[in-house]
Amino acid sequence: MNFEIPNFAPAVPEIFVLIMACAMLLVEVYRDQSKDCTIIYILSLVTLAIAAALTLALDNGKTQITFDGMFVSDSMSSSLKLFTYLITGAVLVYSRKYLMERDIFKGEYFVLALFSVLGMMVMISAHNTLAIYMGLELMSLCLYAMVAMRRDSREAIEAAMKYFVLGALGSGMLLYGLSILYGATGTLDISEMATIISAGLSEQDQLVLMLGVTFSIVGLAFKLGAVPFHMWVPDVYHGAPTAVTLFISSAPKLAAFALVMRLLVEGTGDLIEHWQSMLVFLAILSIAIGNLVAIAQTNMKRMLAYSAIAHIGFLLFGIIAGSGNGYASSMFYIIAYALMSMGGFGMIILLSKKGFEADTLEDFKGLNDRSPWYAFIMLILMFSMAGVPISLGFWAKLAVLQALVESGFVWLAVAAVIFSVIGAFYYLRIVWYMYFEKPADDVTPISSGIDVRIAASINGLAILLLGIFPASLTTMCDVALGLY
Amino acid sequence: MKLVYLSTVLFPLFGSILAGLFGHKLGRIRTHQATIVGVAVAFIMSLVAFYHIVINGAPAFNETIYAWAVIDGITFEIGFLIDKLTVLMMLVVTFVSLMVHIYTIGYMRDDPGYQRFFCYIALFTFSMLMLVMSNNFLQLFFGWEAVGLVSYLLIGFWFKKESAIYANLKAFLVNRIGDFGFLLGIAAVLMYFNSLNYTDVFNAAPAMTNLTMDAALNENWNVITVICILLFIGAMGKSAQVPLHVWLPDSMEGPTPISALIHAATMVTAGIYMVARMSPLYELSEVALSFILIIGSITALFMGFLGIVQNDIKRVIAYSTLSQLGYMTVALGASAYAAGIFHLMTHAFFKALLFLAAGSVIIAMHHQQDIRKMGGLKKYMPITYWCMLIGSLALIGFPGLSGFFSKDAIIEAVKASELSGAGFAYIAVLLGVFITALYSFRMFFLVFHGKERMDDHTREHLQESPSVVTMPLILLAIPSVAIGILTIGPLLFGDFFGSAIQVLPEHDVLAKVGEHYTGVWGFILHGVFSVPFLLAAAGVATAWFLYMKRPDLPGVIKERFKGIYNTLDRAYGFDDFNSTFFAGGVRRIGRFIWQYSDVKVIDGVIVNGTAKTVGLISGVVRHVQTGYLYHYAFAMIIGLLLLLSFFLPW
Repeated sequence: MNFEIPNFAPAVPEIFVLIMACAMLLVEVYRDQSKDCTIIYILSLVTLAIAAALTLALDNGKTQITFDGMFVSDSMSSSLKLFTYLITGAVLVYSRKYLMERDIFKGEYFVLALFSVLGMMVMISAHNTLAIYMGLELMSLCLYAMVAMRRDSREAIEAAMKYFVLGALGSGMLLYGLSILYGATGTLDISEMATIISAGLSEQDQLVLMLGVTFSIVGLAFKLGAVPFHMWVPDVYHGAPTAVTLFISSAPKLAAFALVMRLLVEGTGDLIEHWQSMLVFLAILSIAIGNLVAIAQTNMKRMLAYSAIAHIGFLLFGIIAGSGNGYASSMFYIIAYALMSMGGFGMIILLSKKGFEADTLEDFKGLNDRSPWYAFIMLILMFSMAGVPISLGFWAKLAVLQALVESGFVWLAVAAVIFSVIGAFYYLRIVWYMYFEKPADDVTPISSGIDVRIAASINGLAILLLGIFPASLTTMCDVALGLY
Repeated sequence: MKLVYLSTVLFPLFGSILAGLFGHKLGRIRTHQATIVGVAVAFIMSLVAFYHIVINGAPAFNETIYAWAVIDGITFEIGFLIDKLTVLMMLVVTFVSLMVHIYTIGYMRDDPGYQRFFCYIALFTFSMLMLVMSNNFLQLFFGWEAVGLVSYLLIGFWFKKESAIYANLKAFLVNRIGDFGFLLGIAAVLMYFNSLNYTDVFNAAPAMTNLTMDAALNENWNVITVICILLFIGAMGKSAQVPLHVWLPDSMEGPTPISALIHAATMVTAGIYMVARMSPLYELSEVALSFILIIGSITALFMGFLGIVQNDIKRVIAYSTLSQLGYMTVALGASAYAAGIFHLMTHAFFKALLFLAAGSVIIAMHHQQDIRKMGGLKKYMPITYWCMLIGSLALIGFPGLSGFFSKDAIIEAVKASELSGAGFAYIAVLLGVFITALYSFRMFFLVFHGKERMDDHTREHLQESPSVVTMPLILLAIPSVAIGILTIGPLLFGDFFGSAIQVLPEHDVLAKVGEHYTGVWGFILHGVFSVPFLLAAAGVATAWFLYMKRPDLPGVIKERFKGIYNTLDRAYGFDDFNSTFFAGGVRRIGRFIWQYSDVKVIDGVIVNGTAKTVGLISGVVRHVQTGYLYHYAFAMIIGLLLLLSFFLPW
C-alpha cells in the first residue's frame, strides 16, 4: 500500500469546524455548571465566522480535488458553505432566547448544530458516493437528536421518532441505490462514474444503472421532502421545537441541493433523459400537494412545512430544465427559500413567549396593531414566498420559469404558475390576518430579546433589498456554476 | 452629483417610512419633524441641482443608478435624467411640498390620522420626484402609478366619510382608464423601439416618422401618432382633461393641503410634464398635436363655465384648476411646450396659494365650505385676504403678476399656431380669460366682502389662522407675484430648456411670439392694451356688479336661464352619463354574467368545484397524513414502486 499525504488546504474549514466542535464538547464538560452555556453559544458563532473567513480565503475560483478524489472544493461548494454558515449563525441567534425560556439552552444543542454543519459541509464538498453518504448521516443524526432535545415534550419525541425511522428508511434506499451504482460502474468516484456512463453501457447495464439512480432519487427526495416522500415534513416541523424547525427548514436544504447536483447532475448527468421524467413526476406532485394542503392548515408551522414541500417542487423544476441556467436558477431558488423560511419561522420565534408558542394562524391576527414594523417584515416575507414582484421570491420563481421555458418545458412552467397562484392564497391570508383582523384580546406586547428583533429585521430587509438588487445573488449563482 | 440626486428622492422616502412605521412611537411632533426635514433636504438638494445645472451650466445628467433586471434584452432600470426641465420641476415640487408640510401642522392639528397624513404626503413627494427625474418609461410609469396610489389614499383619507370613499374610488377607476392607454403607449414604445430609455427612443424616433402599423379594417396607422395619442390618454386621466376630468372635482373630499399639493400644484400636472418631456415624439405627429390642442381647449373653456355655478369654495378652485390645466394642454398642443411648463410653474404657486388660503378660510369657518354662508371675512382675516387677492389676481392674469405672463404667452402662442384646431383653441382660451375672472372674483367677493352671512356662533370665533398656516401663504404669495417677471425672458424666449424640449422650426410658435418680445416691461405694456386684459377686467367688473352691486341679479338670471343653469349645475351630465351608461351598463352586464355564467359555471363548477376539489384533496391527504409511522413508510414504498414501474426503461 502506498500512502500519499493529501492536500489538506481545501478542507481546512471542515477540519477547523471539527476541531472546534470537539473543543466545545470539552468546554461543556469542564465549564462552570452553575452558569448557563452562553460561552458555548458565543464559541459556536465565532467558529462559524472563522470558518466563513477560511472558506473565503481558500476559495480561488478553481476546482480542487483532494483526499484521493473524495473531496472537492469549487465555487459552488464555497458559495453554498458560506450561506450555510450565515444561516446557521442566524438560526443560533434566533434560538438563544427561545431555548432559554424552554430550558433547552444547553451546550449539546450548539455542539450538535456544529456537527450537523460539518455534515452539511462534507455533503456539499463530497466527490465520492461514500463521502456523500457519510456527510448525510452525520447531518441527519445530529438533526434527529436536536428534534428530541425537549425530552419532556410528547410531540417532540414523536417527531424525532418518526424522523429517525423514516430517515433510516430513506438513507437505506439511498445507500442501496449507491451500491447498485457502484455495481454497475465499478467506481465510487463521481467524475469517474460520469466518464464511464458517458462512454456508453450495454442496455442491460443501463437498466441496472437506472435502478440505482431510482433508489438514489428516492433517498434524495426524502431528504428534500418531495412528494410522496414528504410525509415526515409536516409532523417533524410541527413537533420539533421552533428553533430546531427553523434550522431543519433552512440550512440542510442547501446541502440537499448540493447532493442533487453532485450525484444526479455531475455523476449521472448523461442519464438525464431517464431521471428527468421522474423528477417531473415528483416536482408536479410536490408543488400541487404542497400548495393545496397548505391552504387547509391552521397551524403556522404545518403551513410553512407544506409550503416548503411546494418550494422543493420549484427547486426540482430548475434541475429538470437540465441547463446551466436551470441549475443556477435552482441554486438561487434554494438560497432564497432558505432565507425566507428562516424569516418565517423566525417570526414565530419572535412572537413566542415563555409557555406560549405563537404557531397558529390566529396568533398573527392584528399584528399590525401590535407592531407595524414586524407586520411589515412579515409582509415582505409572505410576499416573497408568494412571489410578488420586487421581492426576492419573485426573482427566484422567475429564474426557474425562464430556465424551464428555455428548455422547452412550457407546460411545466404553466403548471408551476397555476399552483403558485393557488399558493399565493395562504400567504396572502396571513397578510390579511395581520392587517385587517383584530388581535385577540389577551395579547401582550412582543417581549422577545433585542437579538431576535434585530435578526428578524435584518432578515426581512435583506429579502427586500435582494429583491431590489437581485443581480448580486444571481451573479453569484452563475459564477458558482461556472456560467461566467 | 449622483449623491445629490439620490438624496433628493430618498430623504422624503425615509421620512415617509419613519412616519408610517414608527409614527406612533415617535409621536406627532417628531413625526412631522422627520418628514419636514426629509422634504427640506430634498428642496435644498433641488436648489443645489438647480445651481449646478442652470447657473453653472453643467451638462445634463443622464445615468443609470442601477439596473434592476435584464429580461430578454430589455433593461429594467432606475435612472435619472436631470436637465433644465427636470430641475425646474424638482424645485416646484419640493418647494410646494415643503410649504404644504408646514401648513399641515396647523391644518391637521386635531386629526387622529396626523402621522398617517405625513407618511402619505412624504411618500407623494418621493413618488413625484421619481416621476420627474426618470430617464426611462418604466420608472415614469412607476412614479405615475405611485402618485396615483397616494392620491387615492389621500382623497379617501377620512375613510369613514361615505362621500370620500366614493370620490377616491371614482378617482381610482377613472385613472385606470387613462393608465390603460398610458400602459398601451409604453408597450407600443417597447414594441417598436425595443428600449424604454428616453434617449434611445428619442434618437430613434425621427427615422420612424413614416412607419405605419396594421390596424383593424385595413387601416394603416402612423406608429408615432398612435404612441403619442395613447400616452396622451394617460395624461388625460392624470391631468384631468375632458372627458376623463370627472374625478378631480370630487377629489376635493380630501383634506385641503393635499388638494393644494396633489390636485392643483403637482400631481395633476404630471401629464403636462410628461408631454413636454416627450416633445421629440409629439413634434413628429401633427395629428396628435391637434388632438391635444382640441381636448385642451374644450377643457379650458367648458370647465371654466362650471366654476361659475359652484358654491363650495374648494370646488370653485377645483374647476379653475381644470380650466387652467386645459390652458397648459393647449400650450402643449400648439407646440409651445415651454409656455405650458411656464404656466405649470406659475400655476403651481398661485393655485397652491389659493387652495391653502381657502383652507385657512375653512379652518376659520369651522369646516363650513359653502361660500353662500360666508361674506365679509376681510376684517377678520387680513393676511388670508391679501394672500387670496394676490392668488386671484395672478390667476386671472393681472399684468405683472405671474399668471399674466404665462397665460398671455399661451394665448399669443395659440394665435400664432397654424395647426388645425388652433382657431377654435384661440377663441376658447380668449373666452376662458373672461370666465376665469368672473368665477374667481365671484368667489372672492362672496367670501371676503359683502354681508356676513354666517351664523352667530361661527362669527364669534372668527379669527386669523395660526402662523404655521399663514407663513406658507406668505411664502407662496412671493413667487406668485414675482416668478413671472423674473423668469419669462429666459424660460420662454431664451434658450433655457436647451435640448430638453425640442420643437421643429415649422411649429415654433414661441419664436414667432418672441420676435415682438422686447423685455418684461414691454410685455406688460403690451398686455395692458390687449384683448385678454380687457376681458379679464370685464370679468372682474361683471362679478363685482352681480355679487356686490346687485346681489339680487344672479337669482333672476338663474331663473331666466334655468336650462343652462341646470346643465352647468350637473356638470354637462358627465357624471350622470357615466353612472348610468358605464357604471349602470357594467352593472347590468355584470348581473347578466353573474346570473348566467357566474352562478352556474364559475360558482358551480370552477369556484365551488375548485374549493370542493381542494377540500377533497386536503381531506384525502389528511387521511393519508394519519400520523402513523407505518403509513408513512408504506407511502414511501408505494412511491418507490411507482417510480420503478413507470419510469424505468424496462
